[in-house]
Amino acid sequence: MTKFLQRWTVFAGLVVIWQLLGWLADDPFFPPPSKILSAAWEWWVLEPANFTEHIVPSVARLLSGWLIASLIGVSLGLLLGRSDRAMEYAGPLLVFLRSIPPPALVPVFLLLFKAGTSMQLATIVFGVVWPVLLNSVDGARSVDVTKVDTSAVFRIPRWQWVLGVVLPAASPKIFAGLRVSLSLSLVLMVISELVGTDNGIGSQLMQAQREFDYTRMWAGIVLLGVLGYGLNTALLAVERRALAWQPRSRDEQHA
Amino acid sequence: MSNMLEVADLGHTYGDHEAIGGLTFTVRAGELVCVVGPSGCGKSTLLRTISGLVAPSRGDVSLNGSHLAVVFQDYSRSLFPWLSVQGNVEFPLRSLPRAERRARAAEALEWVGLSGAARKRPWQLSGGMQQRVAIARALAYRPALLLMDEPFASVDAQTRFELEDLLLRVRREHDTTVLVVTHDIDESVYLGDRILVLSGSPARLVADLEVPLPAERDQVTTRTDEGFVALRSKVARLLNVGKPALDVEKWAAAERESLSETVSS
Repeated sequence: MTKFLQRWTVFAGLVVIWQLLGWLADDPFFPPPSKILSAAWEWWVLEPANFTEHIVPSVARLLSGWLIASLIGVSLGLLLGRSDRAMEYAGPLLVFLRSIPPPALVPVFLLLFKAGTSMQLATIVFGVVWPVLLNSVDGARSVDVTKVDTSAVFRIPRWQWVLGVVLPAASPKIFAGLRVSLSLSLVLMVISELVGTDNGIGSQLMQAQREFDYTRMWAGIVLLGVLGYGLNTALLAVERRALAWQPRSRDEQHA
Repeated sequence: MSNMLEVADLGHTYGDHEAIGGLTFTVRAGELVCVVGPSGCGKSTLLRTISGLVAPSRGDVSLNGSHLAVVFQDYSRSLFPWLSVQGNVEFPLRSLPRAERRARAAEALEWVGLSGAARKRPWQLSGGMQQRVAIARALAYRPALLLMDEPFASVDAQTRFELEDLLLRVRREHDTTVLVVTHDIDESVYLGDRILVLSGSPARLVADLEVPLPAERDQVTTRTDEGFVALRSKVARLLNVGKPALDVEKWAAAERESLSETVSS
């Protein structure tokens, strides 16, 4: 309980200060949190249509884009990481592609896919595949020699080598990549919704801005924050379970 | 007795460094053979060529059976931390039906006295216990030949004695053919039915010695046995072949001199 208090005091304190400043300043651009929260409540909770038309599609895009990117990133990454030569050929290309800011490709994807879900997915997938891919390559390379030898001596089948040795050995690095891509997915989801669509949280943000409804705009921003926090917490919980096998420093003294 | 392993004119060269220079020997079924040689003499290369991890530059290795198992020195890296002890022992048995896999793993863990630790993670166990898990994994695989690469070099002396006796017991009970690579002369005499003495790089066979000791061995009495002491001295002398013998008198004189210099200055 004390830990909980410790973690949230600064957060709560800042909200209180913002509230006081908001009241004092009475500035339409910076409404106090109380107004933002009530706007968020009215807009996102009391209107079920907004929930189904904006939040659900946004989250669905974000998650499917992230999952597709993760699948591509992990499988391609393990393949490249375990190949002696592949990275020498593909390395510069990957570094070049990764350096392109994904929002810059939105017009290209608009041309390729037209406005809509496929363009948005393409933006998210292209933007977030890199951290997973490069971390998977790194992880796959980190399988230590004795484990490679052990697997070779026991002549295990190929699937067991990939799923039973390379994947678990790489998993701590893969999860690090997955976390980075998940937060990137949120960013790219918003960006992909800023143009050519009238549904999704991003589009609502733009619309509120255009209508000078700054309280509603802030309500959208707060929603994005909550969403990002929730997704990250959920992924951390999954990671803790999946990597529970990792030796904890206290137990390692035996080894 | 049939031969389990036949090695004929085995040689290996890395670039222009010759690691092994034409080795010929056999290991008979049920035998425990120790390969002893100075550090860096190519023992590891020998083990890697026999186990098929490295294709030798020349010569032949033929195994009377379909598969062999290796117990590596570095147990903490050889075991998989994401699998339980039982999962590790089952690791080479994935092609078998689940029930048989379970039974074999349980059996092998019992042989090494680790039935109670099946659900633990390897890193929760002591070093000696981890190496016992590695031995159980190798035994569960039912290899035609069990290869061991400095298997007890990373544990403390007490644990080392325990593991040596465990190996002797297990291989007697289950008639396992074993080839142990070690740099420890005492260990080679204590464990072996036969000792292959290698010279320094490139590794060549210097001697193939029968160990004139009874099958039942004991850490205290065996090590003081006349036969043990005599053979240990013989192996030690053989390993010094080709090296300049240490001149004790000269060394002591040099030591005295350097000591007096330090005192006077």
